[in-house]
Amino acid sequence: MSTTAPAPARPVPAAPGTPGSTHETDVLDALEAESIHILREVVAEFERPAMLFSGGKDSVVMLHLATQAFWPGVVPFPVLHVDTGHNFAEVIAFRDATVERLGLRLEVASVQDYIDDGRLAERADGTRNPLQTTPLLDAIEDNGFDVLFGGGRRDEDKARAKERILSLRDEFGQWDPRNQRPELWNLYNGRHTPGAHVRAFPISNWTELDIWRYIERENIALPPLYYAHEREVFEHSGMWRATGEFSRPGDGVPTVRRRVRYRTVGDMSCTGAVLSEADTVAKVIAEVATTTITERGATRADDRISEAAMEDRKKDGYF
Amino acid sequence: MSTTNLDTAADTAACDEAARGHAAPALGTRGLFRFATAGSVDDGKSTLVGRLLHDAKVVLADTLETLARTSAETGFGGGDGTLDLALLTDGLRAEREQGITIDVAYRYFSAGERSFVLADCPGHVQYTRNTVTGASTADAAIVLIDARKGVLEQTRRHLGVIGLLRVPNVVIAVNKIDLIGYDGQRFADIAADVARVAAGLGLPTPHVLPVSALRGDNVVERSAHTPWYTGETLLGLLESLPTRDEAAAAAEDFRFPVQLVLRPQGALAPGLDAEAFRDYRAYAGSIAAGTIAVGDRVTVASPGAPRRETTVTGIDAAGVRLDTATAPASVALRLADELDIARGDTIAAAGTLPDSSADLLAQLCWLSPAPLRPGAAVLIKHGTATVRAKVTAIEGRLDLEDFGLLPAASLELNDIGTVVLRLAAELPTEPYARHHRTGAFLVIDPQDGNTLAAGLIAERNSAA
Ligand SMILES: Nc1nc2c(ncn2[C@@H]2O[C@H](COP(=O)(O)OP(=O)(O)OP(=O)(O)O)[C@@H](O)[C@H]2O)c(=O)[nH]1
Ligand SMILES: [Mg+2]
Repeated sequence: MSTTAPAPARPVPAAPGTPGSTHETDVLDALEAESIHILREVVAEFERPAMLFSGGKDSVVMLHLATQAFWPGVVPFPVLHVDTGHNFAEVIAFRDATVERLGLRLEVASVQDYIDDGRLAERADGTRNPLQTTPLLDAIEDNGFDVLFGGGRRDEDKARAKERILSLRDEFGQWDPRNQRPELWNLYNGRHTPGAHVRAFPISNWTELDIWRYIERENIALPPLYYAHEREVFEHSGMWRATGEFSRPGDGVPTVRRRVRYRTVGDMSCTGAVLSEADTVAKVIAEVATTTITERGATRADDRISEAAMEDRKKDGYF
Repeated sequence: MSTTNLDTAADTAACDEAARGHAAPALGTRGLFRFATAGSVDDGKSTLVGRLLHDAKVVLADTLETLARTSAETGFGGGDGTLDLALLTDGLRAEREQGITIDVAYRYFSAGERSFVLADCPGHVQYTRNTVTGASTADAAIVLIDARKGVLEQTRRHLGVIGLLRVPNVVIAVNKIDLIGYDGQRFADIAADVARVAAGLGLPTPHVLPVSALRGDNVVERSAHTPWYTGETLLGLLESLPTRDEAAAAAEDFRFPVQLVLRPQGALAPGLDAEAFRDYRAYAGSIAAGTIAVGDRVTVASPGAPRRETTVTGIDAAGVRLDTATAPASVALRLADELDIARGDTIAAAGTLPDSSADLLAQLCWLSPAPLRPGAAVLIKHGTATVRAKVTAIEGRLDLEDFGLLPAASLELNDIGTVVLRLAAELPTEPYARHHRTGAFLVIDPQDGNTLAAGLIAERNSAA
């Protein structure tokens, strides 16, 4: 997998009854149709959409779906990345190459800038995930975005499992899980009062395994760290963490070289790698299909803090 | 994207040439089986789906660990057999604290040949709107009844909603069978009672089974305590319930609400040949019903304009040319003639679309705390069209006791009522019973934009 792969050639769907037309193909077709429907509805009904794009696999799949939804036109909105300043260099490189390849405008909301000029303070634990909310909300306001596409999936976390596909946020960016709008059939209602905005989650109903099967089917390029590679790592609260500029072992914690891959990609200071030999899409699919640990449980320190970590962040205006 | 003043002829041959890939047959329509829970508060819905996930062994190890820890903290014990399985779906802090479900939780799992989307819905009457949300897309509803309490008012309300939405499969789980000493006679009485209610509401014949969500009887494993029950377990049922017949679905009349016009002149995706796409113009949407093939004659209905006919010259799915496509595929259609077509218009198989009308008889499931009164001005979202409308009359509301229509001066929160609507523009509406996707609409508050009701078209009111 290279970071500058050409536009993927989409395989031709197989005829029903032929070997390619399995149950999995049906599920992917249904999910793809639903996601494209949502992307088109939102673009048709909102004035200023944007898409959150981090270079992580879910946002890569979501952006790919957008290229499908608006083909042969260019994706008709800019992408927004909230950069914690602690991202993996190869993911940032992938992000930039993708944006360039698709001819998109990239807005970056930089947590580092906020820390440098004192608008935000570094947390004691060094984690920057919770710090993303303010730059995100400012970027929404500065650009006048009335809707943001997010790559959240309901199977990621039990608070996300509760969220609507179109989710209203008040003028402070807050989510009120106790007072969500009914969402009926596939009729999405994105009306909102001035100042409020909407988050739209077109891949809500995809699982981690669906994402990987679709990546295989569509031959979608990803940052290389999603595949097994050798890396210098150290153990930290039960997870393998890469050594790097923003991620150093504590005193006396040894570093070792291991074959690892990432199941999720986020802030280096709180994203863990898993030991893995899966260096191809097919092997990753086999691994994900038989895993005994959830995606976030395996890789996200921030969500282990409490049962409600994600809910609390979302209520504050997080993705 | 402007849709008026067409000045270029659609050069379909060039577009066909430019579209990547070969001609391919229809996209599939099968795949996910969606089911939703319903029933009165505390009847055990969340515990039942938690039990289902747990015993079907689709809960991963770290989730189980967290579950055991939280169960211990909330006084459930937390050791083996004392897990509070409701916590697998009751994911909000307030839900854990109060021990009730507030909003729908979605979970995903596979068993046998099926991939399931499960929507665990609340029972509390205050959150009926969320249960309607969960049920609106369901292939099956599992309605729980507490074996000690039998059919309650809220059970009737949920059955009414399920009937209104025409959920194709209804399963009744008589739960907490452990608390009535696995009494087969009591089960039979409840089953008879619920069958009467279901028949009164016009529901499909329900599958009724005795379960204990807490202990696992007849959920995934057959129970030794209910020798008098010889039917399927819950999981067995879910794996075998019929899905919508695909052949029948494909044979429905083609319906295609236009979402957007794809006309990429000047903003072509990088890498495509500008020359080949100069005249490209296609109508994007998802197929609401039926099948379309290249060469088919279609009718175009635009609100407030005469009907037009043309021929489909191309079906594109992101660069793949299809010969045919079937609901619910998202595609883009190219047409032979230059017509003024915009979002909100409907493309349908020629000669199959009923006349458009501005007068509607509809059933509403009223989901707003503010009551609906005659004369109210609302917005109707039908397919991709949104039009202003006025409620000209309230014919009545559903009586949950004897299923008749009671006279009503207003519709209150959670009422199911029949109303007459006058639309600002004629729409090609059809009875929900015939076409789910073209018979459904939202009622929206024009002021704050909130969704006020789920609407279902009853029958054409000819008084135009
Ligand atoms: N003895 C017994 N108790 C049960 C059974 N099923 C559920 N319960 C208990 O009933 C209570 C309510 O269970 P929940 O699963 O939260 O009920 P619910 O229907 O999801 O409630 P809402 O979603 O708030 O409407 C809990 O204390 C459960 O432990 C059962 O089969 N037997
Ligand atoms: Mg519940």
